[in-house]
Amino acid sequence: MTADVSAAPGRPWRERLAAWAPVLILAPSLGASMIYVFGFTLWTCWISVSSSTLLPQYDFVGFNNYVDLWNHQRWKIAYGNLLSYSVGYVLVSMALGLALAIAIDQRIRAESGWRTIFLYPLAVSFVVTGTVWSWLYSPDAGIEFLVRRLGWTDFDFRLTTHRETALYAIIATGIWHSSGFAMALFLAGLRSIDTDILKAAAIDGASPARIYRRVILPQLAPIFVAVAVVLLQFAIKTFDLAVALTGGGPGISTTFPAMFVYDFMFQRGQIAIGAAGAITILAALAIVLVPYALWSTWRARREAAQ
Amino acid sequence: MTASAVAAPLDAQARIAARSHLANRAFIYTFLALFAVLYLLPLFVVIANSFRPLPEITQYGLISLPQSISFEAWADAWSTHCVAGTCAGVRRNFYNSLLMTIPATIISTVLGALNGYILSKWRFRGSQTLFACMTLGVFLPGQIALLPWAYVLGKLGLTNSVYGLVLIHVVQGLAFTTLFCRNYYVNIPDDLIKAARIDGAGFWRIFRRIILPLSPPILIVTVIWQFTGIWNEYLFGTVFTSGREQPITAALVALATSGQTARHFDVASSAVLIAALPPLLIYFLGGKYFVRGLTQGAIK
Amino acid sequence: MATLTIKDLHKRFGPVEVLKGIDIEARDGEFIALVGPSGCGKSTLLAMIAGLETVTSGQIWIDDRLVNSVAPKDRDIAMVFQSYALYPTMTARENITFGMESRGVPRAQRDEAVRRVAQLLQIEPLLRRKPGQLSGGQRQRVAMGRALVRDPKLFLFDEPLSNLDAKLRVDMRTEIKKLHQRVGKTTVYVTHDQVEAMTLASRIAVMHGGSVQQFDVPQRIYARPSNMFVAGFMGSPTMNFLPGTLAARNGAACVEIPVANGGFVSLKLARPLAKAPGDGKVVLGIRPEHLYRYDKDLEARKPTVVPLTATAELVEPTGAETIVVLKLGERDIVGRFDPDSAPQPGETLGLGIDMAHACLFDPQTELLMADARA
Repeated sequence: MTADVSAAPGRPWRERLAAWAPVLILAPSLGASMIYVFGFTLWTCWISVSSSTLLPQYDFVGFNNYVDLWNHQRWKIAYGNLLSYSVGYVLVSMALGLALAIAIDQRIRAESGWRTIFLYPLAVSFVVTGTVWSWLYSPDAGIEFLVRRLGWTDFDFRLTTHRETALYAIIATGIWHSSGFAMALFLAGLRSIDTDILKAAAIDGASPARIYRRVILPQLAPIFVAVAVVLLQFAIKTFDLAVALTGGGPGISTTFPAMFVYDFMFQRGQIAIGAAGAITILAALAIVLVPYALWSTWRARREAAQ
Repeated sequence: MTASAVAAPLDAQARIAARSHLANRAFIYTFLALFAVLYLLPLFVVIANSFRPLPEITQYGLISLPQSISFEAWADAWSTHCVAGTCAGVRRNFYNSLLMTIPATIISTVLGALNGYILSKWRFRGSQTLFACMTLGVFLPGQIALLPWAYVLGKLGLTNSVYGLVLIHVVQGLAFTTLFCRNYYVNIPDDLIKAARIDGAGFWRIFRRIILPLSPPILIVTVIWQFTGIWNEYLFGTVFTSGREQPITAALVALATSGQTARHFDVASSAVLIAALPPLLIYFLGGKYFVRGLTQGAIK
Repeated sequence: MATLTIKDLHKRFGPVEVLKGIDIEARDGEFIALVGPSGCGKSTLLAMIAGLETVTSGQIWIDDRLVNSVAPKDRDIAMVFQSYALYPTMTARENITFGMESRGVPRAQRDEAVRRVAQLLQIEPLLRRKPGQLSGGQRQRVAMGRALVRDPKLFLFDEPLSNLDAKLRVDMRTEIKKLHQRVGKTTVYVTHDQVEAMTLASRIAVMHGGSVQQFDVPQRIYARPSNMFVAGFMGSPTMNFLPGTLAARNGAACVEIPVANGGFVSLKLARPLAKAPGDGKVVLGIRPEHLYRYDKDLEARKPTVVPLTATAELVEPTGAETIVVLKLGERDIVGRFDPDSAPQPGETLGLGIDMAHACLFDPQTELLMADARA
């Protein structure tokens, strides 16, 4: 259905105006979006190849900033953390989410109650999550304190105070926050499987474990991919959680690329390097999303053709 | 099942099956209960400790049953607590969040619905491509937009102002709300629109009489997701506003990490609850719309 | 040997009773059909035979074994579903061997079984493909292959042809019948299509509202339906039902049918009724193929034919025959005619009803009182 935008001569002006209504309404949104998506990206890109420090300079210094970026100790720590975090966060959130979904799928009682409990972190900001968990990790009031009070006086659980273990605290908290989300999507997938197929498998004599492994989980493959992609996006953008939980510390042991960008842009007056960091984050997202978009389009086209 | 219906050699088989079934159930419920405790622990800690006097918390730690009640922490957090030199609690920040989130949610949802309607029912040449470009905005990392927004807000005189944040969230939220609504409206049969056009209805009439009445499900989901996302947002709040102008999520970090209050768990707990309550309430009251948004939107 | 016996089976879902005392059986190698409109309980009955639904009360015996609480996989049955229920992520071959793998059948035996079944169903070239790449008929054959390869005691079919288009349905019907003749397994076949039931089964159970209305061979279900529901459900176009009154005319037992302008026509019964109802009211049932153009030759050939007058209203030529809706008094009556001699629309003609094939029903109980063949 196409909009009848061509104004025939002699039509009343009101009608002609109404015919242009779709375009008029869409235009500001489209315009703002285009500026936001393309204008802002190009602008930041330009800054990243300029020599700007505190204020923008519109010159061109090649990729110097990117070289500086990747040589920077802090950036190396940041993206090292990001890699470790991504692997742990995505894989364990999905595993835990799947386990919870399968458990809830077993026709248990009070199902919506369980779902509500596991999913509520989604409504809570990463800042709140990080803040509260930082208290739970603190040795003088949190989990270690509790366990010691209960009698195990040598219990040690001060993850966030040591450089080597602070990252694990962030990963664990991230998993806490997001596995409910994975669970919800997997549960929807499990529910969408044709029950006749499950009946056929029961008649075929397959044990429940076999049914899950050979019949159910393979059908969830597209959902696995979708969940992994979404979680990877969250991981790449990690900022709130780390700031609230550890502030990047101890020292800079739990800094992340997004925090690096914020620091260099607004605390240190090095906006060119900060912009280079931002573009790098965008590139990382593109590496995750573009193949996924292409793959799902290819799949959709293949399914439509059958 | 009548007793006579089960013959003797089958009793054993049936009994074994029943026993392992029971064991399975026990395992499943234990597994779920364990994790439920883990998930509810932070919620319990925050709620309980906002009502406990600080000396008790210091003595017994955060994870312990409350022994006395005090409402001081709430009053303190709300209106008298000192953060970075100002002693006015988080009341102002809470209002800032309201002032930022409600307009931004409404505007972006309304625009999203109109855009979705146009892009799904009034297609024109190139509308698919434009829509795809618009959708990219959903995935754009905030860091890309920091510098440009700083520039734009400066030019518009909206620095350190809640209204600047409203602008940011409207523009950035458009992509998401348009995507959501458009994917929903695509499922409304085109035949309905054709019939309406034959009946003489035009753009607005069709929207008012056909599209809007069918929209409540998607509008509710969109409003809930937008409200939650904008309320809980931190990066832009902390970059573009400071001190008294900050929305509450950003103010919370300032409060919780500042050296003075780091150990004032009672006040901090109240502040956390003040910050977290609106989206949490929406979640507990409208949970199924959350899930609907998930399953529809996340699996693009 | 594989026999199925169902005794006084009841099934309740909460307060709703879905099956109200089912008694049927299938002898070794027999093909029985469960037929009825949607909601009559036939699919529930099949699910209970398969073990996918629990028994509220009653007994299900497979051979000498009471299988009420036996798991589906231990009942030695195979099932073909309306939606085929093929595993979408496995190839056709894997679909067929999945059950055998689950039961630990060795590889050589599995391959041999697949080869045998694929040849029987002519699906050898399809084995490498996934269900998404197969047509409806091909999928159905793979589903049957999966059932066949089990070599079970009992075959269960749950409306397997409902998802196919009309032409394919007829072809597959023939294939199923041929298959049954070759393989000879005891089969229970659920369908809502009475033509399928009539053509495939050696005995049919007509179900309605949770109980079996009649369980008999197709010919008797057709010619001697036990009540008006069975009479109306089986046969297309449906049997004509004409309310009337029993009377005696010229010493012979007749049924009087109202025609136009308050008149009556008396139809002489081929045989008198053994027991007449109190008020004399009956419903006369006559199938469309037992209506003829009345002429002298007809009377000579079929002495049980009685004449009356009717006007043709609607004519539906199907090619092989012509179906005509005629008006008899206030009522419509449907007949099947040879296309060459069919009445024209608007034509008033003499109609002959073969009373030898007429059924008389009690209007209150809807039960068959007698047919002229008794």
